[in-house]
Amino acid sequence: MDIFTAILLLFLLAAVAPFINASFPRISGWILSLPPIGIFLWLLSLVQGVSQGEIHAFAIEWLPALGINLMFRLDGLSLLFALLVTGIGGLIMIYAGYYMRSYQKTNRFFGYLVFFMASMLGLVAANDWISLFMFWELTSLSSFLLIGFKHEKEAARKAALQALLITGLGGLALLAGLILMSLPYQSFAFDAVFSNPDLFTQSPLFIPATVLLLIGAFTKSAIFPFHFWLPGAMQAPSPVSAYLHSATMVKAGIYLIARLHPVMEDQAFWTYSLSLFGAFTMFVGAWFAVSQQDIKKILAYTTVSALGTLVLLIGTSTAYSVTAALVFLLVHAFYKATLFMMAGNIEKKTSTRDIRLLGGLSHFMPIAALISMLALLSMSGIPPMLGFIGKELMYEAKLNAPKAGNFILLMGFLANAFTVFVSARIAFDVFYGKCKWPGQLPKEPALSLSTGPAVLVIISLLFGVFPNSAAVLLEPALKSILPAQTLIHLKLWHGFNEILLLSALTVLLGAVLFAFRTKVIAMVGLLNGKYFNLKLSERFFLGIDLFIRLTKKKTTFIQHGYHRFYLMTILITASVLLFLSIFKLSFPLAEQLELNSWTIILLAAAVLIMVGAIATVVAQSRLVALVSTGISGIGITVIFVLFSGVDCAITMIMVETLTIVIGAMVVYHLPKYLSFSNKFARWRDMSIALLFGVVMGTLAFLSANKKPMEKVSDYYLENSLSKGYGENVVNVILVDFRALDTLGEIIVLGLAAIGIVALLTLNKTKSKN
Amino acid sequence: MNLIIAVLIGLLYATGAYLLLRRSIVKLVLGILFLSYATNLLLFFTGGLSLMSPAFDDGSYPDLSQLSDPLPQALILTAIVIGFGLAAFSMVLIYRFFKETGTVDLDELSDNKK
Amino acid sequence: METEILKIAAKHLKPFLLILSLFVFYRGHNEPGGGFIGGLMAGMALVLYAGAFGVEEAKKLRLAKPLFFIGLGFGLALISSLLGLLVGQGGFMTAVWNQWQFAGFSLKLGSPLLFDLGVYFVVAGMLVKVIFSVMEEDV
Repeated sequence: MDIFTAILLLFLLAAVAPFINASFPRISGWILSLPPIGIFLWLLSLVQGVSQGEIHAFAIEWLPALGINLMFRLDGLSLLFALLVTGIGGLIMIYAGYYMRSYQKTNRFFGYLVFFMASMLGLVAANDWISLFMFWELTSLSSFLLIGFKHEKEAARKAALQALLITGLGGLALLAGLILMSLPYQSFAFDAVFSNPDLFTQSPLFIPATVLLLIGAFTKSAIFPFHFWLPGAMQAPSPVSAYLHSATMVKAGIYLIARLHPVMEDQAFWTYSLSLFGAFTMFVGAWFAVSQQDIKKILAYTTVSALGTLVLLIGTSTAYSVTAALVFLLVHAFYKATLFMMAGNIEKKTSTRDIRLLGGLSHFMPIAALISMLALLSMSGIPPMLGFIGKELMYEAKLNAPKAGNFILLMGFLANAFTVFVSARIAFDVFYGKCKWPGQLPKEPALSLSTGPAVLVIISLLFGVFPNSAAVLLEPALKSILPAQTLIHLKLWHGFNEILLLSALTVLLGAVLFAFRTKVIAMVGLLNGKYFNLKLSERFFLGIDLFIRLTKKKTTFIQHGYHRFYLMTILITASVLLFLSIFKLSFPLAEQLELNSWTIILLAAAVLIMVGAIATVVAQSRLVALVSTGISGIGITVIFVLFSGVDCAITMIMVETLTIVIGAMVVYHLPKYLSFSNKFARWRDMSIALLFGVVMGTLAFLSANKKPMEKVSDYYLENSLSKGYGENVVNVILVDFRALDTLGEIIVLGLAAIGIVALLTLNKTKSKN
Repeated sequence: MNLIIAVLIGLLYATGAYLLLRRSIVKLVLGILFLSYATNLLLFFTGGLSLMSPAFDDGSYPDLSQLSDPLPQALILTAIVIGFGLAAFSMVLIYRFFKETGTVDLDELSDNKK
Repeated sequence: METEILKIAAKHLKPFLLILSLFVFYRGHNEPGGGFIGGLMAGMALVLYAGAFGVEEAKKLRLAKPLFFIGLGFGLALISSLLGLLVGQGGFMTAVWNQWQFAGFSLKLGSPLLFDLGVYFVVAGMLVKVIFSVMEEDV
């Protein structure tokens, strides 16, 4: 087995998932969880090797002419993410199998979900930028389909569109950035950049490429100011929120940043951008979480905060901070997926997610309450959960941050306190206190619904108690991000020091805030309404509307519906462009005109053509115009004869005759000639036509006797008799050398005949009315 | 001679362009005919003008390069026949167009006018 | 439009034109002529007849089966294209030639001739079909 097979297997599974769900609706979740869990176990078996520095690479040629290959690799970082994707993916499948039963059309849902899993696995295992980008876009696409799954709801459609547009925009920026980055290397492989980062970082494209790459990563990972699509994405069913929008897809940007970090770790622009946007997002996310009442919205904003934290920690670029980032990545994936699944369970049992309506649930669902409590402890960073270790490391990293340490520390402290506050709200206002909802009392969620959260919480607990068992996983990942550093030793108990004090203060502040929660929420809500009312989501849609209106105006301006003006645009553009490209060429001198019999014939033909052309233009009757056209045609026939185009001439004269016969029969039915255009239009058209004619005539003069395909012509001349057994070279070309063209031509003729018959015979009744 | 033909080609293109810009659909079709004349002649012209020496090789010519260039001629022949198909189809289209709409003015077709 | 002279001319010219068109078609490989020109001439023979006697009359002619001839033409063209694939060692649309000799004459036939015959039929059929359709509208 290799990673490529694993990805292919998941894509295949995506194709058959709808059928599996249709055939075994009761156990489809369990069936669909088997392949990801199998892959998870296989990946787990690779951990030992990878931790000793093995890198599993795999490549197949894709578009070798463009230097684009499908390349995959499994190093520490990829493996860590791949384990998260498949492991949590398997648990989510079990959960979704039961959770989605109340929905309609779930077959396709499972198809989308597995499709996402396959894309995400491809993303984290890619070993070249093009593959990474392709899978990146596939995850955006599946995210769109999943957010908009309840497509009969307008809010869901809007949220899906918004997520797609923002991540799609980021995707474009990412592609541009990746291409700019790869330009100096002439290769899209990761190794090209990694083996020689200076070539990129010293190039003038460094800043623009980095900005584009950051936009790509920030849109995907919901970093301010692109964060607003993530709360909107909560329209998706809970398994999707748990899987895509907390544990995996939104981490794709983090993955990209971590992947690129070794290239740019020394660049101040990179680290400062990450620190700045990360810190700000960390704070903003937590701040906006405070005043939310919808459990999923709260979780979404804390996810934004967590993503900001991750970006900040990678940007801080020390052994401490990256270790903290990796631990926190695991911590967050575990508790957030758990909490989203629990939020789904609560909604399922009580049909609401509004904290104000909930309370006292621990009486009815004690197991669910226990699982949620443990997850919330992890979120608040309270021992003995892994979250505590994560938070300790974060504080340590921030204390040791080389730049702007105090500012970052303050932001982190407040963000953590807010997180503690919202954790406490969910814990106490949902699971304890009075029950406030009317109607039926809720029951414990089914086994399938609790399996995933329980497993994740237990892992979180185990890692918290035995933190160094995670080290084997995190050490190689750290090496992928900071090759020169080693992992900080993880331990639950650091002794009494300033970090523990900070932790205690965080919890204390959170608790104090919680004690005055009604006032706090009201105040934050007031502040948000008055000063921080960014309404980014609304503005985004306003912007889209504006864009559509502009586009419509532009389209009605360009697509005005008058064919003449289209033609004018084409003619003038063609004239100008042709003029620009030919006026630099040197003109051959016209040869002396000898007045012999040939010249006289040519002049006669020229007169014929001119008379025909002018008569066509000025003719007052359709029939005269038609016949005049024919006269020009006959003049051209004469030129063909004169200059050795015998077959052309014969064909032309017959075709001319027939065209005029058909034309005469048609014109016979049409009304008398009417003059539609005024004088101005005529002069205008005349000048455009003359311009075009002059340019084309000049072009013709320059291209005379150029014989652009002389070699081909000579081949035909030489081989016509010997290989084609024909003396008439033109005919041999038509029926032998280039017979395929002629076949195409008679097909056109046949189609024209069919078209004419159709025009004349079909729909007769309508025209008679 | 080149100059005469070049002027003729220019004239044919100008006539075609002018007719294309008319509002009458009949003139539009005639304009297309003129454009195809012009293009055929242009194509013919690129092969070089060789007086009265058509590309017939019965094995007795010592120097084949004296013959006219057969390739443009083959292309033109194809173009003429296809042009005929196009012309015949357009003529019938005009007829049907008039039967359906009762007009030969292209502007009447435009949505903007309605 | 029906004049006696045109009628007589059309009636007697028709077979000549048809034979002439076949001749022009055959000699096209060595002299001016070929499938296009021959086909157009053959079509014109029928068009002339229709002009003289009216399209209803012309449609009664045995040869006035344009759609059949268009189909026949395509068939011949395709067969000739496939001959190279079947008989010769060439591929699709590769010429195959054969030579027969009897009593001092030599007759050379090859798939390009067959192809040209296909062109001949398509062009003739198309012409007849189009002009007849338009003429029917005239009534």
